[in-house]
Amino acid sequence: MMGVKTHDEALMAQFLDRVNAIAGCRHHFPLLKQRVNGKALVYFDNAATSQKPQVVIDAIMKYYEEENSNIHRGVHYLSERATRAYEAVRENVRALINAQSEREIIFVRGTTEAINLVAHSYGSMNIRPGDEVLVSAMEHHSNIVPWQLKCEQLGARLRVIPMSSEGELLLDEYERLLSEKTRLVAVAHISNALGTINPIEQMIASAHRRGIPVLVDGAQAVPHMRVDVRELDCDFYAFSSHKMFGPTGVGILFGKESLLEKMPPYQGGGDMIRSVRFEKTTFAELPHKFEAGTPNIGGGIGFGAAIEYMKQLDMEAVQAYEHDLVAYATARLQEISGVRIVGTAKEKAGVVSFVMEGVHPHDIGTILDDEGIAIRTGHHCAQPVMDFFHVPATARASFAFYNTREEIDVMIKALHKVRETLG
Amino acid sequence: MSALKDLYREVILDHNKSPRNFRKMPDADNTVEGFNPLCGDHYTVYVKMGGDLIQDVSFEGSGCAISKASGSIMSMVLKGKTRTEAQETFEQFHKLVRGGMNAEDHVEELGKLAAFGGVSEFPARVKCASLAWHTVMAAIEHKTSTVTTE
Repeated sequence: MMGVKTHDEALMAQFLDRVNAIAGCRHHFPLLKQRVNGKALVYFDNAATSQKPQVVIDAIMKYYEEENSNIHRGVHYLSERATRAYEAVRENVRALINAQSEREIIFVRGTTEAINLVAHSYGSMNIRPGDEVLVSAMEHHSNIVPWQLKCEQLGARLRVIPMSSEGELLLDEYERLLSEKTRLVAVAHISNALGTINPIEQMIASAHRRGIPVLVDGAQAVPHMRVDVRELDCDFYAFSSHKMFGPTGVGILFGKESLLEKMPPYQGGGDMIRSVRFEKTTFAELPHKFEAGTPNIGGGIGFGAAIEYMKQLDMEAVQAYEHDLVAYATARLQEISGVRIVGTAKEKAGVVSFVMEGVHPHDIGTILDDEGIAIRTGHHCAQPVMDFFHVPATARASFAFYNTREEIDVMIKALHKVRETLG
Repeated sequence: MSALKDLYREVILDHNKSPRNFRKMPDADNTVEGFNPLCGDHYTVYVKMGGDLIQDVSFEGSGCAISKASGSIMSMVLKGKTRTEAQETFEQFHKLVRGGMNAEDHVEELGKLAAFGGVSEFPARVKCASLAWHTVMAAIEHKTSTVTTE
């Protein structure tokens, strides 16, 4: 049967074509065309913030040129147009994560505000002295500090799900930590410092068996994979526009309607009320109950364009393409003497964190910048992770689908230069 | 000379590899911890005074090449100086790394500090160069027990 492809081989070839087509999206991102320090920009800081496609930039400009007006208020043409455009984004977000209802989609400033909202509103109502909140050892500060503050205030205890030296959560320990005292589990879908994809579906199921709700910090997941909040069955899911090709200053809190209904407002002000009397104020229905004040309308419109853009992406192929980038970078980094990868979980996405013996990450960052390469160096707002691995900081290359293997080659060459320069 | 070579001069690389006075000082008169919360650099600086005179300075901790070399050279430069002289030297150094002084025009008065002439081209690294200095000044003046760059 020489020369004849089996059905499986044909499918595989088709899929490879789809994966290879991904890099073609790069030209949608105008910023990537620039040169830095005389070199072609290599942007490997996507876990901090992603770049924006032209359609997002255009949508924001169009909003301010043609639609700008305050929403949910005016009876005039512009206000109605802006309201429609803004509320259409809510529906787009709902569809993106497959939430049941638009009432479950709360606009916030970003993941951090989403978590703070839950900590204050849900936390104040449900956490009592002696109760416990579980977070994992690999959380971003934004999924530690709000809980720490709330626990301190209410006399509750923050407990930590430990991880292995590979950077994988210890699920047996997790099971043991879940108890009748646990009021909530707050865990990252993907670690920003290590790239670990946590088995959140399994973790949610375990918590639910004991009636404990789970908040998922999805900031690093939504740009890299399809997220279906109903399939996950998470109770809260938080993410940010700016890490998924949209503008800064917009984020989403998804919450199950049954929980959000019972929760008190987070902030008071305009837009979140039904009627205000000095004696008593009644609050607006979901989702507006949690959206006090004029929101970031222009940002929301830009976010909508980013979601439209993502809808056209072949996410299955994106995931395979990015997986290849992570694997390729991991393999090539081993070439450089004294390099150690921090975070070697089996399931990883988007991130390769590393240290180089005898060289501080900050110095790596400066030398790479001189070659036009943008990486993040430091503790990545995850100091407990750094302490766990006994490093003061790491260098982190984080990828998006517009990055290429050739860019990784450029980084490897520059890392050889770091070795030469700093010995 | 490229800006990068100007930043990572031989002197700096040498002090990074083998920092001088890099040790604890059990009989220090004052000990201050210095942090750069943004990048995680962390040093402890020890000072021993004899009246108004700085008798000994040492430091330990971890951080980038620039911050470590800066701590090392700082410890050498300040030994034997009075409080006022130390303050003057600090101000001179600060001016240099912030780009307010051309190192080549002041080679003699700057002495060893001239090695940091390339820092001003890298605004993100000014705090690295200054950390040990802010910390030692707090130690000399008996001000606080911790210093941060933020």
